[in-house]
Amino acid sequence: MTGRRAGRPLVPAYLSTGGVTRSSRPQLERLSVLTGSRLPVPAGPSAGLPAAALSLLDALDGGSLTVVEAAALLRLPVSAVRVLAADLIDRDLASARAPIPPARRFDPDLLKRVADGLRALKHH
Amino acid sequence: MASAPSSTTDGIHLPDTARDLVKILVAGPFGVGKTTLIDSVSEIRPLHTEELLSEASAQVDDLDGVREKSTTTVAIDFGRISLPGGIVLYLFGTPGQERFRSLWEDIAYGALGALVLVDSRRIDASFDVLGLVEETGLPYAVAFNAFPDAPDHHTDAQLRAALDLEPGTPMVTCDARDANASIDALLALVHHLIDRHPPEHR
Ligand SMILES: Nc1nc2c(ncn2[C@@H]2O[C@H](COP(=O)(O)OP(=O)(O)OP(=O)(O)O)[C@@H](O)[C@H]2O)c(=O)[nH]1
Ligand SMILES: [Mg+2]
Repeated sequence: MTGRRAGRPLVPAYLSTGGVTRSSRPQLERLSVLTGSRLPVPAGPSAGLPAAALSLLDALDGGSLTVVEAAALLRLPVSAVRVLAADLIDRDLASARAPIPPARRFDPDLLKRVADGLRALKHH
Repeated sequence: MASAPSSTTDGIHLPDTARDLVKILVAGPFGVGKTTLIDSVSEIRPLHTEELLSEASAQVDDLDGVREKSTTTVAIDFGRISLPGGIVLYLFGTPGQERFRSLWEDIAYGALGALVLVDSRRIDASFDVLGLVEETGLPYAVAFNAFPDAPDHHTDAQLRAALDLEPGTPMVTCDARDANASIDALLALVHHLIDRHPPEHR
């Protein structure tokens, strides 16, 4: 067996372009939670909502979904759902919240609660 | 149209109690058991998204990549586990090949850490994914997925050396088809994360 460092050059992370945000609003994360506002949707072609955006609104009728769940449900790439959701948010037809309130992201108890929860899942 | 069919969305919507959504990457090369592990522990039928690859992988110096924009897709599956206290844990099956780098970074954003699955019959297939995990700076644990014909003549020290793991990186064996074994592998990672972040003020 040989070690993995041999002959495997790493491209430094700073050469990568991933994570660049192009839009003015903060990029929706995969786990951002989308919720429909339940306002009446303006009908007719003049409303200018593409069919896919209406499907997304439809999916949110049943409750909140993360961006990635909406993408799976609608069979769309995550990048497409980000665009559709941003459009709905601009029109106040939906809202988004971060996956976890910023203050809790570094809550030291969070990991412990994840561990406790996982342990409780085990079948004996 | 009185009643829309709802069977396709059953169980997918978030419970109202969901508050803290966190994720762990289940990473590894093709066929190592990512989908199997996610399937074993997920409360929803594992879902997947089709991701456009060339969009993500096109690089400045790669004109072919730009020309072939949006031609390739890769399926990324994910599962979900609701835990007490409003925590929802997502598991993302993440392929580790170098050409998935941009996609990788997008999926890894905000993740707690990664469980790297290794097939001990072909550990070099995991070198790429270990490189990506380390560059992303994600803390990780390694789980050797137990295939029946896996060689048993390697010692832990040999495996650790071959994978070039730091002494503190957890190494466990698991059977991805078994829920308890998969949970144990995830727990090895989460305990590692806890050890890295000793609680302050106490
Ligand atoms: N014996 C044994 N077989 C396993 C185990 N985990 C997965 N397999 C089998 O290995 C095959 C590949 O597993 P998958 O879960 O599809 O692997 P994957 O990592 O999702 O593969 P890709 O999505 O193609 O990258 C399947 O036939 C599984 O049934 C394991 O722990 N033990
Ligand atoms: Mg798979």
